[in-house]
Amino acid sequence: MEENGEDLAVTNDKLSQLSVAEDGGLNLGEKKKKKKKKPLADAEEALTEVTEGAADDDAADAGQLLDMSLTKKKKKKKPKARADEDAVEVDETAEGEADGEAAEASGSGLPWDGSDRDYHYEEMLDRVFGILRENNPELTGEKRRTIMKPPQVAREGTKKTVFTNYMELCKTMNRQPEHVQLFLLAELGTSGSLDGQQRLVVKGRFQPKAFEGVLRRYVNEYVGCNSCKSIDTLLDRDSATRIISLRCQQCNASRTVAPIKAGFVARTSRRIKT
Amino acid sequence: MTEVDSLQSGLGLDPFVEDGEDDSGKDYVHIRIQQRNGKKSLTTIQGLEKSFDYKKVLKAFKKEFCCNGNVVEDAELGKVIQLQGDQRKNVSVFLTGNNLAKKDLIKIHGF
Ligand SMILES: [Zn+2]
Repeated sequence: MEENGEDLAVTNDKLSQLSVAEDGGLNLGEKKKKKKKKPLADAEEALTEVTEGAADDDAADAGQLLDMSLTKKKKKKKPKARADEDAVEVDETAEGEADGEAAEASGSGLPWDGSDRDYHYEEMLDRVFGILRENNPELTGEKRRTIMKPPQVAREGTKKTVFTNYMELCKTMNRQPEHVQLFLLAELGTSGSLDGQQRLVVKGRFQPKAFEGVLRRYVNEYVGCNSCKSIDTLLDRDSATRIISLRCQQCNASRTVAPIKAGFVARTSRRIKT
Repeated sequence: MTEVDSLQSGLGLDPFVEDGEDDSGKDYVHIRIQQRNGKKSLTTIQGLEKSFDYKKVLKAFKKEFCCNGNVVEDAELGKVIQLQGDQRKNVSVFLTGNNLAKKDLIKIHGF
């Protein structure tokens, strides 16, 4: 039992190292994603090794213990099914490891396997979602991470900055380049225009980070759905009321957004002699 | 004072105002930055409460941040305070710290 525990600790270490790897992508959209997938698979593997390595009765013992532990402390067990899903990113290693335990403890991935105790509500919920995820992933309402490329920025001369993949990012967000431009320029407090190659040329020196921050805000404000965090949304303008609303293509939620004109383009720059 | 409070909370709970619609009109304090030559920049504060004595506020800013600044009158936006340098953080801290503006009503723009 004890050596088993030690091995587990080692596995944990490995796992936490694993989780450090990050994608460089600009990750707009949901930040508090809880689901981690890859480490789950890894944890399972590692754990399998561990238990196999131990003596027979020890292994049984371990199984029992794992089973216990999962009944009392786990809130978010996910059945095995998720391990196969594409990996994205990790932030809570501990939980991923716990999931591995859960799946390991019972053959079929069901926590109540091999015991005749009552089912817990959360376990059943997890099972349902596991099945749903397996067969109809789109119904789980799960938040897909939206990854956007980081903005590429070049200096033009000493006073201008060129946002080279501007069009591409507009396409990713599915927004009119004009709208994005309006927002960007208003937020950066500068002027600019599109050049012949459809790049956005902005007056002033800006780091890529500056664009990234502003774009992030743009997505929060004008792209992301508040209810389901999807960025599969459309902006509609009601010509009568001139209210702009954001409608989600995924969950059909809609909300009104502030017009950029009034909210942001209220620029003070005109009065300032530069 | 209580009057103002109740008024504001009333606004916050207005059932006819949809979420996210609020920006356009209300009492947001916008703090913006603008680039000037080289690494110089300029901070503008727009939308402070009208009842404030802008000159006094400006004076306090100037003293606190050791920068120059002035008050500009804009036809649409009313009085706007300008400060030299990037004082966005400072201003926001100062405003909240002295209860001149509510934290969630301050909008910092720029990068
Ligand atoms: Zn939605």
